[in-house]
Amino acid sequence: MSKLVYLVPLFPLMGFLINGLFRKNLSKSLTGIIGCGTVLASFIVSLLIFSETRKEGFETVVVKLFDFINADKLHIPFSFQVDQLSILFLLIITGVGFLIHVYSTSYMQDEEGEHFARYFSYLNLFIFSMLILVLGANYVIMFIGWEGVGLCSYLLIGYWFKNIDYDNAAKKAFVMNRIGDLGFLIALFWMINTYGSVNFAEVFAKAPGTAIPILTGITLLLFVGATGKSAQIPLYTWLPDAMAGPTPVSALIHAATMVTAGIYMIARSNILYTLAPITQTVVAVIGLATAFFAATIALKQNDIKKVLAYSTVSQLGYMFLGLGVGAYTGAVFHVMTHAFFKALLFLGAGSVIHALHEQDIRKMGGLKKFMPVTHFTFLLGCFAIAGIPPFSGFFSKDEILAAAYAKNPIYFVVGLITALMTAFYMFRLYATAFLGNFRGTSEQQHHLHESPSAITIPLIILAILAVVGGFAGIPDVFAKNAHLLHHFLSPVFEKSERLKPVIEQSNSLELTLMAVSVFVELIGMLYAWNRFSKDPELGEPQGFGTVLANKWYVDELYDTIIVRPINALGKFFNDVFEKSIVDGLVNGIGRTIQYGSRQLRLLQSGQVGAYVLMMVLGIVILFVIQIILKK
Amino acid sequence: MPINYYIFLAVALFCIGVAGVLTRRNAIIVFMCVELMLNAVNLLLVAFSKMHHLALAKNDLNAGINGQIFVFFIMVVAAAEVSVGLAIIVMMYRNTHSVDVNFLNRLKH
Repeated sequence: MSKLVYLVPLFPLMGFLINGLFRKNLSKSLTGIIGCGTVLASFIVSLLIFSETRKEGFETVVVKLFDFINADKLHIPFSFQVDQLSILFLLIITGVGFLIHVYSTSYMQDEEGEHFARYFSYLNLFIFSMLILVLGANYVIMFIGWEGVGLCSYLLIGYWFKNIDYDNAAKKAFVMNRIGDLGFLIALFWMINTYGSVNFAEVFAKAPGTAIPILTGITLLLFVGATGKSAQIPLYTWLPDAMAGPTPVSALIHAATMVTAGIYMIARSNILYTLAPITQTVVAVIGLATAFFAATIALKQNDIKKVLAYSTVSQLGYMFLGLGVGAYTGAVFHVMTHAFFKALLFLGAGSVIHALHEQDIRKMGGLKKFMPVTHFTFLLGCFAIAGIPPFSGFFSKDEILAAAYAKNPIYFVVGLITALMTAFYMFRLYATAFLGNFRGTSEQQHHLHESPSAITIPLIILAILAVVGGFAGIPDVFAKNAHLLHHFLSPVFEKSERLKPVIEQSNSLELTLMAVSVFVELIGMLYAWNRFSKDPELGEPQGFGTVLANKWYVDELYDTIIVRPINALGKFFNDVFEKSIVDGLVNGIGRTIQYGSRQLRLLQSGQVGAYVLMMVLGIVILFVIQIILKK
Repeated sequence: MPINYYIFLAVALFCIGVAGVLTRRNAIIVFMCVELMLNAVNLLLVAFSKMHHLALAKNDLNAGINGQIFVFFIMVVAAAEVSVGLAIIVMMYRNTHSVDVNFLNRLKH
């Protein structure tokens, strides 16, 4: 079955082609069926492969489709790799992706048929690119998918391309990603130069013998790529702006695809990172800083999607912290649980937006009684992201925090403060939007309704996953050998773990850490719940709050130090260099030739005598030259 | 007689011909000057041919007579040219009532 892995990306590709090419002829329902069906088919194939990988003695399978690049000694095959890590990501991408597709059929119902099909073809292309990224058996194939998701995010963020702001958001996402991709690309060339190959198997086998500076350089450059794709400092600003796209797209970008690419890439290259301790520290510090920084911004946002966007950035920071401290399983685990609860939260937010046509939480309130299913599932999602036991976020976040504590207690403390803020802003969002009294117009209240079943069913499924997803990784403290995910992924990470064993902590210490974090999260949650359900913060922020509400002015800072100087430079070249130098050169040549020919024309007098004179003079000159040369 | 004298005479004739072509405006005189240049060349050809023949005559009685053959060719061509040229001049006189070559600059326009 593993040999048939190429079917997994093939289905979404076909869906993309059919929906894209025949978008003017297909009916909406047919488009929806093709869009969802192809992803469902991929999910089923993934499940079958998954059941095979779970058997004892499963070896990594590499399926070579054809030679991609053959140049001298460099051979890059187009091949897919099936192992525990890639199959786990396949399940997340196709599973969560399928639910988002189903949700979209209802959410995008108001679009015209042609644009509806365009939307679904982009979604399918997105899934296809992400599958290529995850399945590639070498860095080049991974890079193809890497670029593909960048392109698709651009297309989908700018889906409503008639709005100039949305276009700018799309461009911003694309440019930010390209900056990161450059790092990835340089790392690729360096890797080819060092190892002569980009195949995972060969690179990882040769990695232990590499000089540390080279390895550090390669891993740092790869990490630059990851900061772009996974929205870490300093390249994170595109992700909140990506909210310009339709809400299911946000869910897709934030949960199942795109932003997890960086995590996947580092988890895949875990051996390289384990061998480069400096890079690991950089990854951990950047991850932690991003987690903290984004959480502070989320405290003061009033747009329901912006809060969720910053929480994604923050949670991604956690994952990088996990990767940086060597808790690869923990990071992948958090990717999985995050995919569940973040997709749930985004789709819940989408359901609210669908009903209200409003994104500002200050104008919501009291949605609990109007939208019971959305409310309940959203609440479960909030519990999960806040890390309240026994919801899924608790297990994965706790695993990362425990590993961070073992590495450096400061990591743990900052992570804990971030967890407190996470609980606080999530329940601020929940309480402001769903509790209290409705603050919108009576017109909105009149139309307020629970969303149709195509929206609520994915919400319910995701809510179930968000609740029970954590049980895939029960820590040893509670039950011996119950961490199924760790057991499942161990073949992928075993080399790294042998090189740097995860420090086992005494049960009492681990329980204490857990208790502290749960306590802190409960405080944040209860405080926010209490405060905002009765007295939501409706006014404009004051004092330090304005700084947070304006996202620490990072966008303005980038605008000042990068965008404006480049624009000024471009203006200079356009106005001065282009007009006077380039144009002057081109026009000057033209003018010289015109002037010269006007002078030369005078020679053509029509006087036979003049011609003969010139002929004679020419012959005389030739004679003179001949005589000079002979000497 | 040394070859030098022939060469000097030929060069002198040729230069007179060139000077005549350049300075005179009467088409018939220009024409005569062209003939002068042709004949200067003819003279040179004959002179060199004779010298050549004297140098090689011990081995081959026919050596070096090619130059003299050329002279006949040139004469024939010159005769043909004269007949065409004079015809043109006659036509020109009929049209313009003049044989001034400076009148013939209408190709410019």
